[in-house]
Amino acid sequence: MDVNEVLLPGVGMRYEFANREGDRMCVVARRTGDFELMVYEGADPDEARVVFRLTGEEADTLAEILGAPRIAERFADLTKEVPGLSAGQVEVRAAGPFAGRPLGETRARTRTGASIVAVVRGEEVIPSPGPAELLQAGDVLVVIGTRDGISAVEQIIQG
Amino acid sequence: MNVSVALMLELGAILAVLSLLGALARRFALSPIPLYLLAGLALGEGGIAPVPAAGPFVETGAGIGVVLLLLVLGLEFTVPEFAVSLRRHLPSAVVDLVLNATPGAVAGWLLGLDASGILALAGVTYISSSGIIARLLGDLRRLGNRETPAVLSVLVLEDFAMAGFLPLLSVVAAGGTWRQALLGVLLALGAVLAAFSVSYWWGHRLGRALLHLRPDPEQLLLRVLGVTLVVAALAEAVHVSAAVGAFLVGLSLTGEAADRARQVLSPLRDLFAAVFFLAIGLAISPRALLPVLPAALLLAVVTALTKVVTGWYAARREGAGPRGRLRAGTALIARGEFSIVMIGLVGVRQDRLGALVAAYVLLLAVAGPVITRFAGARPVPRAAAGHQGGTPAAAGPG
Repeated sequence: MDVNEVLLPGVGMRYEFANREGDRMCVVARRTGDFELMVYEGADPDEARVVFRLTGEEADTLAEILGAPRIAERFADLTKEVPGLSAGQVEVRAAGPFAGRPLGETRARTRTGASIVAVVRGEEVIPSPGPAELLQAGDVLVVIGTRDGISAVEQIIQG
Repeated sequence: MNVSVALMLELGAILAVLSLLGALARRFALSPIPLYLLAGLALGEGGIAPVPAAGPFVETGAGIGVVLLLLVLGLEFTVPEFAVSLRRHLPSAVVDLVLNATPGAVAGWLLGLDASGILALAGVTYISSSGIIARLLGDLRRLGNRETPAVLSVLVLEDFAMAGFLPLLSVVAAGGTWRQALLGVLLALGAVLAAFSVSYWWGHRLGRALLHLRPDPEQLLLRVLGVTLVVAALAEAVHVSAAVGAFLVGLSLTGEAADRARQVLSPLRDLFAAVFFLAIGLAISPRALLPVLPAALLLAVVTALTKVVTGWYAARREGAGPRGRLRAGTALIARGEFSIVMIGLVGVRQDRLGALVAAYVLLLAVAGPVITRFAGARPVPRAAAGHQGGTPAAAGPG
């Protein structure tokens, strides 16, 4: 995708792009760490309308929400480089045996050899979760291991 | 240690009043600078409440205020931004200089000022307030607009021109011959180039030295302020003016060092800059203000129009439409801190010049933001016509 970068001297950077539907928008990243998200009405970039402003922290949260579904894909890219290793996502279901239980109790790695490298919980991503991490219904576990290992983890988690 | 009750009381009262005025100005999304000036005028000789005990502090603080204003200006400055601005907007910068410095110089000549007065007035009408305008563009939510890079580029190039202009002014003001003035300018340009080379080639090392042993904010503040004041004093000693010395220190710091220095220095800059504006107001007698008002008004109208032309030209180079060009032009009208720095350098002893510039900045620091808010704003849909200004949100707090 084409992102047009415009330097705003003394203020920061502006990134402009159009989505597939033809909406043109821009993000102003200010030196202060704040962000502004704007759209151009029509194709004319003379005037932008500010949709919202974000502090650095809020922008991080938004980026996580937008980026969360891609985490497993990114791990998948990573695992392409190692033959035999793959990545998968396993959802923790409310009816399963581990909703509300600590991750350690699954003994997933000992039993399958596959590792749970992240837990995606709504907008939040918990990287390298510890054994004490309480699993919740709706969590998505990002698992790395052999294909068999990943399906074994799926069977354990979903009962 | 002897604590002067009078000093504390006066200073405390002054700062409290300044804070009230500042809050009032921000409430209407205006610059507090004119109000600080007015407060100074009110407190000065012949004013309503003289402050003899706080006088020496205000005077010293004003000097530090100028140094901090220019130090932080230098910190804002990055070589890539300057290079990009120069490449795209050199013609705009030339138009800016010629159109806006000329009315000031002519006015100074007509008023019978001496060479330093004429030069100072040319500088006063030339330089827009980057502080007011950058803030204004954010408040009016115009950072995404097509004309905005043009406006910001013009401001960056003005700031750079200041680095050559201030030493020229301080040499002429010191009563030097044209030969000394030339030498002073060459010296200053050499120093600016040196600061740029240092920043470009050794900026990271300089930054590393400054950030050595991971200083806490207190340590960093002491280091930067210490170095800057020493360099400023040295610059003043060789008649290049402390302000330019501070600007050079700011220029030579880049990257993380500059970011962190800006963070710790900004509150201090705000405090001492307020004291500086107050001091300028204090040094001007309110009685001198009235006679120069017509001249100031005329000069304000003329240079507001020349800035509109400048902005119009610069925005057209970015391909903005007529309304965008008008927005850019009117955004550039605001004059502020650096116009005041000019008369601070020449010495406010030239009472007529001081009063003229104070009146001029009072007018344009208020009028500029108001004019650009309404000029070229988004057409208001009929249903929402009750809302004034461009976007309804523009009226909200910034």
